[in-house]
Amino acid sequence: MVTTIGILGAGRVGSAIARTALEAGYALHIAGSGPAADIQLIVDIVTPGAVAMTAAEVAATSDLVVLAVPMHKFRSVDPATLAGRLVLDTMNYWQPIDGQLDEFAGDPRGSSEVVAEYFAGARLVKTLNHIGYHDLETDARPAGADDRHALAIAGDADAASVVAEVIERFGFDAVYAGPLEAGVAFEPGSPVFGGRHTAAELTAELELAARETEAA
Amino acid sequence: MEIGAYSFGDTPLNPDGSPRSTAEGIRNLFDAIVVADRAGLDYFGIGEHHTVSMPASSPGAVIAAAAAATSQIILGSAASIISTDDPVRVFQQLATADAISGGGRVEITAGRGSSVETFPLFGYDLADYDRLYAEKLDLLMTINNSPTETVSWSGTVRPTLDELAVVPRPFAGRLPIWLATGGNAASSARAGKLGLPVSYGIIGGEPHRFKPLTELYRRSAAQAGHTEGVDAENIKVSVATFGLVAPTKQEALDRFYPGWHNLNVEMGRLRGWGAPDRRQYLAQSHAPGAYYVGDPDDVAERIVHLHGYLGHMRHFLQGDLGGLPHEHLLESLTLLATEVKPRVARLLAAK
Repeated sequence: MVTTIGILGAGRVGSAIARTALEAGYALHIAGSGPAADIQLIVDIVTPGAVAMTAAEVAATSDLVVLAVPMHKFRSVDPATLAGRLVLDTMNYWQPIDGQLDEFAGDPRGSSEVVAEYFAGARLVKTLNHIGYHDLETDARPAGADDRHALAIAGDADAASVVAEVIERFGFDAVYAGPLEAGVAFEPGSPVFGGRHTAAELTAELELAARETEAA
Repeated sequence: MEIGAYSFGDTPLNPDGSPRSTAEGIRNLFDAIVVADRAGLDYFGIGEHHTVSMPASSPGAVIAAAAAATSQIILGSAASIISTDDPVRVFQQLATADAISGGGRVEITAGRGSSVETFPLFGYDLADYDRLYAEKLDLLMTINNSPTETVSWSGTVRPTLDELAVVPRPFAGRLPIWLATGGNAASSARAGKLGLPVSYGIIGGEPHRFKPLTELYRRSAAQAGHTEGVDAENIKVSVATFGLVAPTKQEALDRFYPGWHNLNVEMGRLRGWGAPDRRQYLAQSHAPGAYYVGDPDDVAERIVHLHGYLGHMRHFLQGDLGGLPHEHLLESLTLLATEVKPRVARLLAAK
């Protein structure tokens, strides 16, 4: 079970996830790209309750490590520190934001499969990538609420079920999409990306995408 | 509280939805600034953009023209994408506009831009994103803070300046330089540390949630010693949001929606998100959402509500996007100046 969540990246996405996790009652460790002192004031004011650390310390002390760095910087995270860890990949390859990144643009696989290859040894799960960081904080609802939205998860089933519990506690219904390859169905350009869906609507979208993949 | 507007230029549309000329978009922008000045609006920002729908690629040129045609309004870039421009040129263009304005009406807002189209356009490598911004901001500040025409600077992203003249100097000695940010905490800390005023572009979510960022900004400024003496007046916050004012809330909602829809279709195509959702539009257009679309009372009340959280000294709205009919922009600018501004002043005074 996850009790401590670690976040790599103290930007807008990382901060929004940190506040959501703190609100949900998790212990929260967070790192920027440098020493903890660099982000101490930011953490104290923007994500109060979180503990600032180096990236390596966050990786070593958290039950779940969230990757929330800009996609073009993911190789700045040392893969050795994440070996054997449960890792949540929130990143998207967005050409208009990241510019052309050939390793993604030239690869037919989903971005998380490319990322997982780099973090070989980590148990990598894809989610939290298809909701805007603004919406994460404003759209969280208690279980059973009529207007509760759903978030898709792709990855190894055991790892995904651990992450699903976290998503539920964040205030969203978790819908399992399948192994990491299934994450393509909620990447930028998919009907799921950036939209708002109930669990039933999201399940229908993911099933449709799976059928299209099979047919292709 | 200063009330203003900003624009990236808005290329008008034909009745069938096809774009008219980008030149027409620029001419409309110029005319809008003149109308805003006559109506008594405090500020007009011109944001550097390089798309067919938003063609204001040269804020310095528009501001120089507007400086000659206006008498009281403050004109600023909002923002200049300094990472991919030469800060010497940005400074010279805006200092020239300052001279034309008679002095004291021209500002620079420095930003990085939320899209990256200027990188291929001007031949820069996105891998240098952070270094380009940090060094060019340093150069811009070095030029602005220089007590004389002669400037020296060295770095890695541009040739060294060895006691070279950068002219003209602004009338007041310096131009106000703001730092633009969309809400990244590190940017707020940077602005505070540098002692620069900060301008938040809030395009979604709930604007009052930016409160911790303004606290971070002010604490960072205090830690760096910028909140005492003459520096203190530079520690201030402005807020840029979407917004359109019309005589009634319903008219404002109906007028702004088509352009918002067009913009989101275009952005969605670029960034891979789905069709715009009218329910989301309506939610954002009511408190505590981020779109200040309404009648004068509604918009004034929401600006004052936000002021209770952020303590900003200027709030400026972008209404012309996605082909907003020009007359709707002009009416909004007039209402902002003549109806919203006095209401905001009255509500703040009553607090």
